[in-house]
Amino acid sequence: MKKTIMLEELECAHCAAKMEKAVGELAGVESCSVNFLTQKMEITADDGAMADILKAAEKIVKKIEPDVEFVVK
Amino acid sequence: MSKKLKKRLRRIIAGIICFGLCIAAEKALPNLNDNILLIAYLLTYFIVGNDVVKSAAAKIRQGQVFDEEFLMVIATVGAFLISEYPEAVAVMLFYQIGEWFQSYAVNKSRKSIRELMDIRPDYAHVMRNGEVQTVDPQEVKREERIQVKPGERIPLDGVIVSGETSVDTMALTGESLPRDLREGDEVISGCVNLSGVIEVKVSKEFGESTVTKILDLVENSASKKAETENFITKFARYYTPAVVVLATALALIPSLITGAWTVWVYRALSFLVISCPCALVISVPLSFFGGIGAASKNGILVKGSNYLEALASTKIAVMDKTGTLTRGTFAVSHIEAVGCDEKQVLFYAAYAERFSNHPISKCLVSACDMTTVSEDAGSGRKSKVEEIAGHGVIAEYEGKEIAVGNEKLMARQLKNNAWNKIKGDISTGTVCHVAYGEEYMGYVLIEDQLKADAKDCIDGLKKEGVDRIVMLTGDHKKVADKVAGQIGIKEYYAQLLPGDKVDHVETLFAEKPESGKLLFVGDGMNDAPVLARADIGIAMGGLGSDAAIEAADIVIMTDEPSKIVQAMRISRKTLQIVKQNIVFAIGVKVLVLLLAALGMASMWAAVFADVGVAFLAILNAMRALKIK
Repeated sequence: MKKTIMLEELECAHCAAKMEKAVGELAGVESCSVNFLTQKMEITADDGAMADILKAAEKIVKKIEPDVEFVVK
Repeated sequence: MSKKLKKRLRRIIAGIICFGLCIAAEKALPNLNDNILLIAYLLTYFIVGNDVVKSAAAKIRQGQVFDEEFLMVIATVGAFLISEYPEAVAVMLFYQIGEWFQSYAVNKSRKSIRELMDIRPDYAHVMRNGEVQTVDPQEVKREERIQVKPGERIPLDGVIVSGETSVDTMALTGESLPRDLREGDEVISGCVNLSGVIEVKVSKEFGESTVTKILDLVENSASKKAETENFITKFARYYTPAVVVLATALALIPSLITGAWTVWVYRALSFLVISCPCALVISVPLSFFGGIGAASKNGILVKGSNYLEALASTKIAVMDKTGTLTRGTFAVSHIEAVGCDEKQVLFYAAYAERFSNHPISKCLVSACDMTTVSEDAGSGRKSKVEEIAGHGVIAEYEGKEIAVGNEKLMARQLKNNAWNKIKGDISTGTVCHVAYGEEYMGYVLIEDQLKADAKDCIDGLKKEGVDRIVMLTGDHKKVADKVAGQIGIKEYYAQLLPGDKVDHVETLFAEKPESGKLLFVGDGMNDAPVLARADIGIAMGGLGSDAAIEAADIVIMTDEPSKIVQAMRISRKTLQIVKQNIVFAIGVKVLVLLLAALGMASMWAAVFADVGVAFLAILNAMRALKIK
């Protein structure tokens, strides 16, 4: 399943790249892409693992850029 | 301007004022105590950069050492330690100003991209229980009826059930001429209704509608990254640590040898200021996105930066004939009359074929002025019409038989073989011979029509540096030969089955130079395997065709093959902008690093090399959006 997350206030492009890499390396994540311009993160992962992955992803995002609002659509 | 940007701007202005006061105080009162000065500058420093310091502190707690903000704090704190107070504050101030401009430019470009994709309809007027309700387009079901007023965006795909209007398809096709539509015509979501109120029966729900598909496609295009983008990501990963290591070496080694600690630490600190690869990481993807945006403004949907990048190095272009270079619809191209005038020949043919649904019959009927015939049909004089499979049609008209069909039918109907003596090449299309009674009247030649810009497309491709242009077609060799001759294609293969096309493309792949790319253009019908196999698969006439949108890497929304050339031009210009940004950003950074190491560049120059370059690179990237 695919989830789209809005990363509001995402301001730094290479932070976006870092987030993409770190979330992509989480266990159970098939793919992750962050679009700096549309401020969206897309995660593809198993249905069962998604809830945990979202939690972990939010943590990673907050760690890299604390001002970003992580809004799951 | 967003709230956050405004707040940052206020902080910058306050910082500039305080900084000015500090400098004035230092100049006016030369005997001022150093500690008081330090406190004044430190205060200013915190006014300007407290958010940077805070976030740097947060990040260091999480073990993120190579962070831009953290390095900036090290550089400025270092400057304080070696008693360069004004320098420290100025660097922070400049950094903030640069960052502000950078954010401003990013917001601006986000906004223009959003405007570009602003084809999402916000509401639909749905007719339920005899009244019109305004709802979210997502809530409308198939088969429901919606009303679209002039000036509104059509929210869902459907068929007009009442009303007549013209619609603006500009946002989807780049085509500025409005299309006239009436009852029974299909409408496509995302277009703007211009003149009349129409009622539409919805044929696809919002998630399946054209507008949603197109938006998804453009938004997701960023996830397929160009090689250049991947290179930049990798470069960025090594650049910052490398600069930090260099800075450490520069601070320690010469100082240990010469003992001039302040000099070398200052130079090393300048290094830290330039340690962010921001200019590249922002501007390169932005340029690609801008290029994709420029393309979509012209009715060319590109599914990823990688395809946009690849397009510029196309060496072999393989083109399908029917539906790509030709319209794929038949039209009368020539009438040869023997026994009567041309009009009469066409009339006989159309009269005999008027009840048939075959495409050829339809085209005969539409070419002929049938007013007299329809009167006949209406007045109950509907004469008998007999279809003879594999031969043609025989119909009765004013006491004699009209025969319309191929040679076999003529042989059956006529005693002489007049139909066999006609001259001229008739093998490039479908020939309908016409006989009336015992007499041969002539024939009507029906051919597929070349698209108006097919030749422009081929000429343009040659000019853009495509070495080989190959046409593949399932059609007859003579037809292929004629079309190829008309538009200037030297290499073509005819009478191919869909499977043969794949084989031919495989052969071409083998002959292709390593670095060049193979492009395939088709109409999205039956050529999905080839579209997928080619480096870049382009589907024509994507408006309303789901199959084409799914299968291709690039979709041309209109029927114009010349858009391929335009796409190539956009690709080339985008790559040029990307290259300029890479050379400029890396060039300035390396130059300033060198000058800083030699002591010829101050921290000020370093700040410019960091944020100034990023700002300029973003401005340059924005040009990609405006490519025509």
